Amino acid sequence: MVSSRGETGLGAGSGSIRIGCGAGFAGDRLDAAVPVVADLVATGGPACLIFEMLAERTLALAQLGRRNGGTGFDSHLIARLEPVLSDCLAHKIPIVGNFGAADPAGAAAAIAELARRLGTRAPRIAVITGDDLISGGLRPELRERIRAELPEGAEAMAANVYLGAAEIAAALSAGADVVVTGRVADPALALGPLVAHFGWGFDDHDRIAAGTLAGHLLECGAQVTGGYFADPGMKDVPDLARIGFPVAEIAEDGTMIITKPAGTGGAVTVRTVKEQILYEIHDPAAYLTPDVVLDLGEVEVEQVGPDRVAVSGARGHKRPETLKATICYPGGHLGEAEISYSGPNALARARAALEMVVPRLTEEIVWRGDFIGVSSVFGDDGNRHLGVTSLDARDVRLRVAVQSESEQAVEAALHEFGALYTCGPAGGAGLRTSRRPRFHTASALIPRDLVAPRWNWSEA
Amino acid sequence: MSREIELHRVAHARSGDKGDRLNVAVIAYRDADWPIIRTEVTEERVRALLADRQPGAVRRYELPRLQALNFVVDNVLDGGVNQSLNLDGHGKSLSFRVLEMKVAVPEGWIDFKEEELK
Repeated sequence: MVSSRGETGLGAGSGSIRIGCGAGFAGDRLDAAVPVVADLVATGGPACLIFEMLAERTLALAQLGRRNGGTGFDSHLIARLEPVLSDCLAHKIPIVGNFGAADPAGAAAAIAELARRLGTRAPRIAVITGDDLISGGLRPELRERIRAELPEGAEAMAANVYLGAAEIAAALSAGADVVVTGRVADPALALGPLVAHFGWGFDDHDRIAAGTLAGHLLECGAQVTGGYFADPGMKDVPDLARIGFPVAEIAEDGTMIITKPAGTGGAVTVRTVKEQILYEIHDPAAYLTPDVVLDLGEVEVEQVGPDRVAVSGARGHKRPETLKATICYPGGHLGEAEISYSGPNALARARAALEMVVPRLTEEIVWRGDFIGVSSVFGDDGNRHLGVTSLDARDVRLRVAVQSESEQAVEAALHEFGALYTCGPAGGAGLRTSRRPRFHTASALIPRDLVAPRWNWSEA
Repeated sequence: MSREIELHRVAHARSGDKGDRLNVAVIAYRDADWPIIRTEVTEERVRALLADRQPGAVRRYELPRLQALNFVVDNVLDGGVNQSLNLDGHGKSLSFRVLEMKVAVPEGWIDFKEEELK
């Protein structure tokens, strides 16, 4: 047993806290949290585990799932928590995750059921709501603001505002073992525990900025520990198959060390950390979040040990007056068809296949072609790259993407590719087609007084 | 005297996206590589590299303490990941498109890997 951990996991105040990340997106490795929790337990001291699992589209899919009678939260939630929940409860390591998606109360109930099945003590589960601007029936002033961002006739499937860290912090301070959120700003998942632990005021802009930076570095999981980084010969990363997810050790003054569990793969270097600091950043002097405007201009990194990088210098400015909401609405249908041509004259035959199909597509179809094997992603988005010539392309896969508001039109377009087997150029092989609905997204800025974030104990 | 090499040997890079806006962080491998990227990797040259996608605004931000440049490029993601017909709707591969840029280095310059072997 760990002796240094007090009766309450957070709130000790002055000593540092370790925050581990168990998932960086909905599709992340299901067992990633296991070595992280083992490390938090072995090291002892105040600690917290966070899960980021809610990309823009993930929430729209969850909302759709809920309307169709399924769960409105991540279907892998239980698989992720099952191997770590007992240890987290036993060692007072709170869990904070946005795995509530479109149904935080439902996710909380599922976690309570998991705890009963595992025979743990009953967890105190907090649920954060107020991000969902649609499900409760829209207030007229909100309805107008959302409608203004959508094309004529479009109906929002999901509209969620990015909440900040205050409710997460309040729930943790009240003793929550698990905090289930829907849409919150990703860094808030880490900032909430930091505010609860150190008692930072939200007007202490530099500390709130530091906590936001910690969250930003953790929220993409292994992207800071050598994932999405390797470039063999230039940037070599050991043992990606067993890459360790990150742990941040944050001090009361907001300085931090980024590290990972001992014995895992991956690497934490100034290079991996710099890449993640700037990931999805626009103006580095003004990264807007619900809690602070983060200024990265003075941030410094230093290697202070193997797989240990110190990060300091985050500066903060007063939070924005408005909150950002993301709105999802139906975006028609995407179809994709692929077929391969190999050997002599492969590119010419692939091009002939494209030229056979295109005249048969209906007017409502928008399309893009690619000759995979010559180019697959670098081409422009106006099909000008299709004029490419390559004498040595001898194994080419024609790929055509088609889009329309009409599902039938996409279906009919994909049907045309089947005829390549009998009507098209010689040697076509390996035809595959697929289609799926798409979502468009729009953003709206919502005045804070129209949003009512709150937390409650789960009734499950 | 100088010669031209691929930026890939001087800097590493990562892309991110939000809607139809791309960012590419270009990070010097060593202190000695920072002045090279600062001089060579300009807004104009990034625009030229992505010219086939007809970029809107291209902005460069300098982060001297990280020895990094952050480029923010509008309208090169075919509407963004939810609308693009490109296999790479996020523009994740475009960091390596930028690393294809030819940059001038002084005669006698060696990359950090060659330096490690010395």
